[in-house]
Amino acid sequence: MFMLKLIFRNVFRHKLRSTLTVVGVAVAILAFGLLRTLVGLWYLGVESSSSTRLVTRNAISLVFSLPLSYKERIRQVPGVTGIGAMNWFGGVYISEKNFFPNFAIEAEPFFDLYPEFRLTDEEKKSFLRDRQGAIVGRKLAKKYGWKVGDRVVLKGTIFPGQWEFTVRGIYKGAQRSTDETQFFFSWDYLNETMRRTVPRRADQIGIYVVGVANPERAAEISENIDILFKNSLAETMTETEKAFQLSFVAMTEAIMVAIQIVSYVVIVIIMVVAANTMAMTARERISEYATMKSLGFKWLHIATVIAGESLFIALLGGAVGVGLTFPFSGIIERELSQFFPVFRVELLTTFMQIMAAVVVGTVAAIFPVWRGSTITIADGLRRIG
Amino acid sequence: MSEREIAVRMSGVCKSYQRGSQNVPVLEDINFEIASGEFLALMGPSGSGKSTLLNLLAGIDKADSGIITVGNCNITSLDDSELADWRAANVGFIFQFYNLIPVLTAFENIELPLLLTGLTRRERREHVLAALEVVSLTDRMDHRPSQLSGGQQQRVAIARAIITDPAILVADEPTGDLDRVSAGEIMDLMDHMVSDFGKTIIMVTHDPRAAEKAHVVRHLEKGILMES
Repeated sequence: MFMLKLIFRNVFRHKLRSTLTVVGVAVAILAFGLLRTLVGLWYLGVESSSSTRLVTRNAISLVFSLPLSYKERIRQVPGVTGIGAMNWFGGVYISEKNFFPNFAIEAEPFFDLYPEFRLTDEEKKSFLRDRQGAIVGRKLAKKYGWKVGDRVVLKGTIFPGQWEFTVRGIYKGAQRSTDETQFFFSWDYLNETMRRTVPRRADQIGIYVVGVANPERAAEISENIDILFKNSLAETMTETEKAFQLSFVAMTEAIMVAIQIVSYVVIVIIMVVAANTMAMTARERISEYATMKSLGFKWLHIATVIAGESLFIALLGGAVGVGLTFPFSGIIERELSQFFPVFRVELLTTFMQIMAAVVVGTVAAIFPVWRGSTITIADGLRRIG
Repeated sequence: MSEREIAVRMSGVCKSYQRGSQNVPVLEDINFEIASGEFLALMGPSGSGKSTLLNLLAGIDKADSGIITVGNCNITSLDDSELADWRAANVGFIFQFYNLIPVLTAFENIELPLLLTGLTRRERREHVLAALEVVSLTDRMDHRPSQLSGGQQQRVAIARAIITDPAILVADEPTGDLDRVSAGEIMDLMDHMVSDFGKTIIMVTHDPRAAEKAHVVRHLEKGILMES
């Protein structure tokens, strides 16, 4: 108890120095937490992908399409429970800075294949009835103030022209990790327009989303689908949705590795700063440690006082950093939802932040503890006056 | 002087320091005894080895050779941990610059050595209040060192030194940082420790007025203890 009192009072002996160190640790722990969350977020699409969905695309590249005629042949493959066409539309709302993912989808199978997008029955019916209907995520609707019945115009980039839609439903995610910033409209609308304006681009599918009943048969079904189109003009590549998402992540993996490294570098930097602060502190108090030793206190008592102070500062900074991570992640999710639709701090991230603070406090104390514990009383007392 | 009355005995004690490749002798063949309840003043010019001698007999430094016996204990045979325990029980320290912990109050500074004993909080409080009474600082017990005068700080240091009721008190220039009046008060207090509490005091000083209070004055010259 007495030692705790001594540690506590020592922490606030140099208020400015301690405050600045606590702020430094807090900022580092906050940055660490946000960067770790960002890295985790990158893999969120992979983690939240369904094990009962396969993706079939052109074997050469995602840029190339597949014929509509493949749909019924894929449906016949044993184990397939449903299939839906999907095209990346790439439309722009007002200006390019207003980015959000928008897809043309086959409306009817969509709701069966993606049960995580929740709409009322009325909204579903309304969407199915209207060729120009669109369903939008809750966050996206909130961001642009869209309501059911509003007209939304997207400027086509891959598919030229001004495309008019009517919002027929606003979906909510089944889980917190479900992306609520997407925009879906009827593939029929896209295809009919293409038929009229650019006929050679009609009846072309970006990807097929294939539903399977048994995830354990995913590899076998994927192989059977691809065999169907072997040596055709548009060979297919079928993979699980998870593998499909991973292929996107892999493209940016170097960036993710860099961000991970930066998150650790931040911790190392604050570790050095905290170690310097603690070394200064211990140097100033060396005569006090010598006095305590002369009174009969042993190296373990001295080590406890020094390490306790270091850990107290690091954990205080860590607590502030962890505490700030949540409101900051909320701000990021709200203000940068087009880039980070879900910016959720995982429990593991919080645990890593706390551990990082413990490591900072411990490492920062090593040299001062060694110095304070090993200095002889005579040497320590000589530091006075 | 009978064997029973001897508080400290040094026999053939030598101490030297290594300065670079050079071995600098500080104390050479020191032999002396201090009787129990005696007030000894060690005087001598700077660098004569007074503080080193004090450190050796207080167990905060180790002799190169020779034997130092305090009470019945040969402290030269103790390891660091045993020495720490021995110091806690047998030696009270009074330093020139008081060496109080700045973040602790007078009460807490005095209580510090008692934390190493098995006393309860209540018992510790009783002891501290009694020590504060002895040094007449009860009304300043909640003050931190920075809120006390030099003389008051030294009285707190004396209270801290006697709180565990040690056999010997070692004082290194206890009046060195004090004005004449405060120095006089401190010397009176130390005299009181000897006469009323039977403490053995070994004091290093440059101050002849302080040395006047001692029963015995010994001089050190270049590491050699002169005959009294």
